[in-house]
Amino acid sequence: MTTATAPITHISPGSALRHGFTLAGRAVTKVRKNPESLLDVTLQPIIFLLLFVYLFGGAIQGSTDAYLQVLLPGLMVQNIAFASLGTGMALNADITKGVFDRFRSMPIARSAPLIGAVLGDIVRFVVTLTVLLVVAVIMGFRVQTDPGRFLIAIALLIAFGLCLCWVSVFVGMLVKSPQAVPGTLVAFIFPLTFGSNVFVPSDSLPGWLQVWVDINPVTHLANAARGLLLGGDWVADAGWAFLWAIGIAAVFFPLALRAYRRRVG
Amino acid sequence: MSYAIEAEGLVKRFGDTVALDGVNLAVPPGKVLGVLGPNGAGKTTAVRVLATLLRADEGWARVAGYDVATQATAVRGIIGLTGQYASVDEDLSGTENLVLIGKLLGLSKADAKARAAELLAKFELTDAASRSVKTYSGGMRRRADLAASLVGRPQVLYLDEPTTGLDPHSRNEVWATVRGLVDDGVTVLLTTQYLEEADQLADLITVIDHGKVIAAGTPYELKRRTGGQSLQVRPTVAADTPAIATILRELTGIEPLVNTDAGLLSTPVDNPLLLSSVVRRLDEAGITADEIGLRLPSLDDVFLTLTGRTTPTTPVTEGSLA
Ligand SMILES: Nc1ncnc2c1ncn2[C@@H]1O[C@H](COP(=O)(O)OP(=O)(O)OP(=O)(O)O)[C@@H](O)[C@H]1O
Ligand SMILES: [Mg+2]
Repeated sequence: MTTATAPITHISPGSALRHGFTLAGRAVTKVRKNPESLLDVTLQPIIFLLLFVYLFGGAIQGSTDAYLQVLLPGLMVQNIAFASLGTGMALNADITKGVFDRFRSMPIARSAPLIGAVLGDIVRFVVTLTVLLVVAVIMGFRVQTDPGRFLIAIALLIAFGLCLCWVSVFVGMLVKSPQAVPGTLVAFIFPLTFGSNVFVPSDSLPGWLQVWVDINPVTHLANAARGLLLGGDWVADAGWAFLWAIGIAAVFFPLALRAYRRRVG
Repeated sequence: MSYAIEAEGLVKRFGDTVALDGVNLAVPPGKVLGVLGPNGAGKTTAVRVLATLLRADEGWARVAGYDVATQATAVRGIIGLTGQYASVDEDLSGTENLVLIGKLLGLSKADAKARAAELLAKFELTDAASRSVKTYSGGMRRRADLAASLVGRPQVLYLDEPTTGLDPHSRNEVWATVRGLVDDGVTVLLTTQYLEEADQLADLITVIDHGKVIAAGTPYELKRRTGGQSLQVRPTVAADTPAIATILRELTGIEPLVNTDAGLLSTPVDNPLLLSSVVRRLDEAGITADEIGLRLPSLDDVFLTLTGRTTPTTPVTEGSLA
């Protein structure tokens, strides 16, 4: 029986968001069925944590315990940045598969798969932050502030990741294979995460590098996270980090959308 | 007259390849159009244009009156698509795939689940419903794909080689499903390399080659139009087949179709008097035949005459040149 319903001529932003959430649910189901897809956001943070704290901690900060306290908030930022690489990879892998043709032949918003992929990434962000925190707490890390500020820190980190992942979506729409996404983005992610005060205080660096480190959004966000988790000022740094994030999204969201449209038609 | 699917002058180029070179199509509501053509003819490209997945470089197409280029959303709201290559999510189970589609189409979770269960049962996938599609056999995937394209109860259904890779049982199931949908008023566009499939299902047939429509009409019209009639010989002894093929070739000037499984040779003929020549030549050669006669040509003959090629395979029987 064909039921004659009114034609769908336009998809409202509300429906687009609903489709996006449904597709984010798909991403979550896939993670649940295939937990090893989370290895990159679980194993890597642990390795970084152990490596830096026990190998370099004594040299950089004098004691591994003290170093763990200042390192962890920064490592959270670094891992969010790395986790955001996954969005472009996942989306690249997805659009080359037949299932994308099905989505495209259905009356759903063109942008829904994009929104779904990005929302689904919140799961990866939460997982990477949880793993880092749990291992760090076992190693002796303690949040010195209150739950309110802790939650603000988490929210800021995830917001930063959600803005940053448009860069990876953009690259993911330009390259041929998923593996090319991290390869291409290394040139972007490394200066961003290592050229910051996450691992070493900026005043230990040569002047030209200090200039970059001091304006780097990762430095600002790491400072804000330290303030929020350990106590101290955080508002100004959070503001700078937020502005940076908005700026990155303002540039890369339209670029990503255009590249996506061009790629999937 | 308004058509469920209508296209005119569709042109699609991929670099130097002209995949569609001015294709016209028209399918009345509730009818089945079979699109036939050899590999690379442009069948899939045509389906993708009609399903809003590709934009034609020239020409226009309308589905239920909606333009595929400018009213794509409306078109997507009424079509179902089973592409040539499976378009289900390998990592999800059969149920998860169909529920996902149901939810995207606006069904409640309960309705989506009920619809998924109903369709999985219809395609005999209930036992595999909770397994990842990755673990499905080729035929099961194909059926899951078909089920997926029916979740939204489409008015217009595109099936791009729906039975390729299916066993005869599953193929019959798919044919029965298509007939059931047509009874419900669904318009179907089906591409196939299997002439028998087109013969079984299609009300109308369009033959495409090199991106051009080279013939269109009802199966009956096509059979009438090409080669007039088909001369068929069924040898008593299979060993005589090559000798008979030689005689037919000498008399008609073209290579006859030899269907070993059915024990039948056939060739399109335009002069019915040829029949007596064949009988005489067989007599002279001392070859007996169980059956010699003239028929309306099969679609195999039509295809052979139109494209100068045999189809690679036919579903029930293997046709090959002698
Ligand atoms: N995305 C593409 N890029 C380049 N060429 C393409 C593309 N899609 C199709 N073609 C070319 O267009 C022509 C028609 O292809 P199409 O897939 O429509 O044929 P088909 O009739 O479906 O063939 P088959 O029976 O093998 O499925 C072929 O020459 C093919 O190589
Ligand atoms: Mg094809």
